[in-house]
Amino acid sequence: MNYTGNSNDITSKEQFNFVRWFKSGKVQKRLVICSFSFLPLLLLIVFTYLPFYKMIEFSFYNMKYTGPQEWVGLQNYVDVFQRDDCFKALKLSFYYMAASFVQLGIALFFASILSFKTKGGAFIKGAMFFPYLISGIAVGFIFKFFYARGFVLDSLLQAVGFHLDQLPYWIQDTSINNGSLAATSVWRYMGQNMVLFIGAIMSVDQTLYEAADIDGANKLQRFLYVMLPGIKNIVILNMILSITGSLSAFEPPYVITKGNMGTGTYFVIMNRIAYENQKVGLASAMAVVLLVIIILCAIAQKVFFNYLFTDADEKEALRAKKNRKKMLKAKVENTQGGQVRDGN
Amino acid sequence: MEIKKLQTIVLGILKYCVLVFGAFVAIIPVLVCVFTAFKTDEEYQSTSPMTLPRNWTYFNNFVIAFKKANMLVGFRNTFLVLIVVLIFSIIMGTMIAYVLNRFVFRGNALIRNLFLFAALLPGIATQVTVYKIMYSLNLINTLPGYMLVMAGTDVISIYIFLQFFENLPVSLDESAILDGCTYFGVFFRILLPLLKPAIVTVTILKCVGIYNEYYMSNLYLQSKDLKTISTALFTFTGPYGSQYNYICAGVLITILPALIIFLIFQKQIYSGLTDGAVKG
Repeated sequence: MNYTGNSNDITSKEQFNFVRWFKSGKVQKRLVICSFSFLPLLLLIVFTYLPFYKMIEFSFYNMKYTGPQEWVGLQNYVDVFQRDDCFKALKLSFYYMAASFVQLGIALFFASILSFKTKGGAFIKGAMFFPYLISGIAVGFIFKFFYARGFVLDSLLQAVGFHLDQLPYWIQDTSINNGSLAATSVWRYMGQNMVLFIGAIMSVDQTLYEAADIDGANKLQRFLYVMLPGIKNIVILNMILSITGSLSAFEPPYVITKGNMGTGTYFVIMNRIAYENQKVGLASAMAVVLLVIIILCAIAQKVFFNYLFTDADEKEALRAKKNRKKMLKAKVENTQGGQVRDGN
Repeated sequence: MEIKKLQTIVLGILKYCVLVFGAFVAIIPVLVCVFTAFKTDEEYQSTSPMTLPRNWTYFNNFVIAFKKANMLVGFRNTFLVLIVVLIFSIIMGTMIAYVLNRFVFRGNALIRNLFLFAALLPGIATQVTVYKIMYSLNLINTLPGYMLVMAGTDVISIYIFLQFFENLPVSLDESAILDGCTYFGVFFRILLPLLKPAIVTVTILKCVGIYNEYYMSNLYLQSKDLKTISTALFTFTGPYGSQYNYICAGVLITILPALIIFLIFQKQIYSGLTDGAVKG
């Protein structure tokens, strides 16, 4: 039974036209899929998943880049939370997190003004946004100069009546230096957040604002009841991104203080442990801990979006859209299948 | 009525005060750098940073900064990396997005999830082990190696292309295929030209990212003639640690190309950024 089936196939294959077979949908489809996804997948595996796997593996060893490896179990993870520098760096990211919430608030404020016709608005928007395009290293230098004793900030404050003796050392004073450094990232990223918010505000139906004005809503009411609901998704998204962003602060503290004086952020400390101290195992464990935090944030984001911010109608519409797409795809498949059969 | 009018005027003035203050805070750190970069050594030491330079045509600091930090090499390398990585990212990103969006096959969802998860991994974190892999591939201290890492860890552009494909109707492909076009033809002749806006977005985001990238170039390009613009600038932490008139000049040199591009492509940059962020 099986045998005859096979022999039938062979006879049909004898007549088959290679060019035609090659041009048939199914073969071409496979060819396209394989050739188009080979390189991206290879790179993805080599530079993301292989390192990821190795990272988890290394985190259980005490090792350097070269030389013997020693299995230490969970000791590296214990160290992440017990070593003074690592755990302090984790706590430090709260500074940056707080700063990023301030930053989002300021961004939202300016966005709500600049989304409407303002004279000189384009210039102000550009001025506020441009810091985002400056490299982290340059930002570091700019603010190293800015905060240096007796230089920019000090002379600015002296100009408005402060005395140099009243002013703190912005970088050396350990009670405020992390605030100073976190402020640099507010300066750098506020404009970017603002541009995103402006984009979101512009995409809210303009007639809603007009309607609110006609109904006699004041500016604050318009902001709270018309604008904010329209852009809440992007606000939440930015809040969650700012959590991961605050864990990855690197360049400004690296340039300004090299992570000294209690300003070592997570990545600065990790960089030191990985390359200066060559404790690859510990650095890997730090990376894994960071990853876990980020995954938790991502899950929180999903939960937020799914349960709090999508109402039933939207969900229904989304599902319908998906179904339609599936059907379309199935249709394409079918017609291709038909072509193949006709061709053979 | 009168009161209301007065209120709007006061509010308007207040609004402008706040806006101008915001713009002032955004500009002042850079503006002071501009002042300082034009000052002679003696002038820099004797005047407050807030005073204007005596001579706006004193370019000596720029010349010194440009030479000392080897910026010509930095610009050349950054430019090379930019071109190659952009081409790679765009070709690979559009291809994989085409496959993932247009074909139903086993593993499609898996590949999507692999890319999704990869986007969560913060770049710097995995470098500890990427470094080891690069080392075993003999790619440390080579420009192609750095390009490969930069192109290989790029997930954002794939997302932007995927999102854009969602909005290109499948009927386009169908009719082309009915007309006898092959899948390759559909991709290269029909879809790729339509992807132009997405390609612009990716180009903008990548340019910003690559031009400002420091961590990986510092890690993988350590020899002197392989420095990129960020690592070249970083050399100022060393011997010129407190000669801020040189440092500011160096900073301004690296900022200038970004400023020019920003002034020309302002609109595209804003919209590119907004498009890039919505990927979620």
